[in-house]
Amino acid sequence: MAPSLEEPTQVDFDAPIKAAPKLVAPEPEHCPGPESLQAGNADSCAGCPNQKICASAPKGPDPDLDVIKSRLTTVKHKLLVLSGKGGVGKSTFSTMLAHAFASNPDRTIGLMDTDICGPSIPKMMGVEEESIHETAGGLEPVWVNENLAVMSIQFMLPNRDDAVIWRGPKKNGMIKRFLMGVTWGELDFLIVDTPPGTSDEHLSVNSFLKASGIDGAVLVSTPQEVSLLDVRKEIDFCRKAKIPIIGIVENMSGFVCPGCKHESQIFRPSTGGARRLAEDEKIPFLGAVPLDPRIGMACDYGESFLDAYPDSPACRAIIGVVQRVAEEMGLKGQEVLLDTEQI
Amino acid sequence: MPLDNIQNIVLVLSGKGGVGKSSITTQLALAFSLQGHSVGVLDIDLTGPSIPRFFGIEDSKVRQAPGGWLPVPVHDARTLPSPKNTNGTTSHTKNGKIGALSCMSLGFILPNRGDAVIWRGPKKTAMVRQFLTDVLWPPLDYLLIDTPPGTSDEHISLLENLLKQTNFSISPPNQLAGAVVVTTPQAISISDVKKELNFCKKTGIRVLGVVENMAGFVCPNCSECTNVFSKGGGEIMARDFDVPFLGSVPIDPAFVQLIEEGTRPVYPKGTVIEGKDISSEKNDINSAGNELLVDKYRDCSLCPLFDGIVSKLVADIRSRNQ
Repeated sequence: MAPSLEEPTQVDFDAPIKAAPKLVAPEPEHCPGPESLQAGNADSCAGCPNQKICASAPKGPDPDLDVIKSRLTTVKHKLLVLSGKGGVGKSTFSTMLAHAFASNPDRTIGLMDTDICGPSIPKMMGVEEESIHETAGGLEPVWVNENLAVMSIQFMLPNRDDAVIWRGPKKNGMIKRFLMGVTWGELDFLIVDTPPGTSDEHLSVNSFLKASGIDGAVLVSTPQEVSLLDVRKEIDFCRKAKIPIIGIVENMSGFVCPGCKHESQIFRPSTGGARRLAEDEKIPFLGAVPLDPRIGMACDYGESFLDAYPDSPACRAIIGVVQRVAEEMGLKGQEVLLDTEQI
Repeated sequence: MPLDNIQNIVLVLSGKGGVGKSSITTQLALAFSLQGHSVGVLDIDLTGPSIPRFFGIEDSKVRQAPGGWLPVPVHDARTLPSPKNTNGTTSHTKNGKIGALSCMSLGFILPNRGDAVIWRGPKKTAMVRQFLTDVLWPPLDYLLIDTPPGTSDEHISLLENLLKQTNFSISPPNQLAGAVVVTTPQAISISDVKKELNFCKKTGIRVLGVVENMAGFVCPNCSECTNVFSKGGGEIMARDFDVPFLGSVPIDPAFVQLIEEGTRPVYPKGTVIEGKDISSEKNDINSAGNELLVDKYRDCSLCPLFDGIVSKLVADIRSRNQ
């Protein structure tokens, strides 16, 4: 049998999702998804051992969506940090954004790490050794300081280096738990850091947060085309999922040799970099952050780069980007960053 | 059986994204080919396929044949003209005989390069299975499988299918040779890659070795080496997990330029790597155009490094097969 070369079918973003029933066998190839409305009745369901279970499961929207919505009514702004490509600095940028927002003591920030297989946020925040406490109200997030809370699967692992070998549905369940079962409390910003790609985690975050509204997504890229290629796919994803795009940040843009101050383009922007992509796609360009080895070191040691090297060009670039993010969200830069001179 | 033509299968894994899995896969494939082996590259990164871009064959499409898909050929087996400067050559590559190289990726199937592939797990699982059963590979000495970051759907189905398919009595001995694990030197990356090593342990995949990528950057202006992403972490991790360390690969902007713009690597006068002067004159820069990627890669400073890594891998795999 020759395999088909048909165009990949796309996920229906507008379909309301319902609670996924417990399955007895892996889903078949063209499975409409056990949480979709056609579950058990689609053409591809014929012969699937799960068919009866899916068909008889209660229809209608997932009741958990309402729980998530009511849980998140106390969260003012929800921001996603996305990139199709891995290792471009999504987590680094998420932590910087969180630290910068939290520099205003009147704001409370939550940072949620939805990268289930490769969580980096706890290490970058210097809270890798923490574990989760469960209270009557739900899971308590880990507080980095008085106004900055973090949640990640890393806190739940018995050993630091354990691999989380999970298929999609299990990852979705964990993300739901992060949104539904965590006592986030009153938050001004919830920043959601995502893994690379356009798959389960992204679809779940989108469908779980849709009801309570996503303010927008910040896209992160490095300057070379290999990376931009994947970010283009992420833009396509945001458009299809109707997630507003706040803008794109170019990370690792240029490297200044500490020896001779000569600037090299390590990751050459041969196609014009993120700036050009932003123009082509008509989305805001938020700024370029140079490659500074000290950013990586600060992340390795779990320190805030913004606090450690406030005078570096990279720090100034990041503050500029954070202000642009705030402006694009319709907030005044000064309102968000208490005093840009001091951070 | 679809994988019968293949002698050895090598996976390229990393828990972390953007550490250079595809870049390492590409260079391993080129180095295998330069040593005269026939190589195939299978890209199972479905939501962010990079292999078509790395081999400069983004416009190619997969062709269908009775019974399956035909992989996209990059070059066939042939003899390369002797290189203009002899820095990259070793005893393995001197005769200029290269093995055939072909690729398979979801990128060759998508109608537009900017299209997102928004799939949940089951769909990805099915696609990975199709890639392993429905691709009509030519006879290959080595099949390199490039993976997405993480330890999830793609990886689980890849291993399930591979373990099933390489276990027949007619399969070549030790067909699933093992995995090359890629990391960068920072602690952030190492902590994710440790998870991947534990994944290999749990699933019983032999780790052929660890490659540390992006270890240091040599300033083209003053030749000072800066450890942009720190240094030495990969070697320590390999020692901790008792797996071989295959080598550190520095950042070479000339390689990035070779991939992005297709220009033959040139180095300023006085660039010396491992005791060899690899600088070259900039005179033949316009002669590029229809030269093979593998030919141009021979001038890259990373070529001798990967030649060494591949020699180690080949010796290791051969000793197991006997």
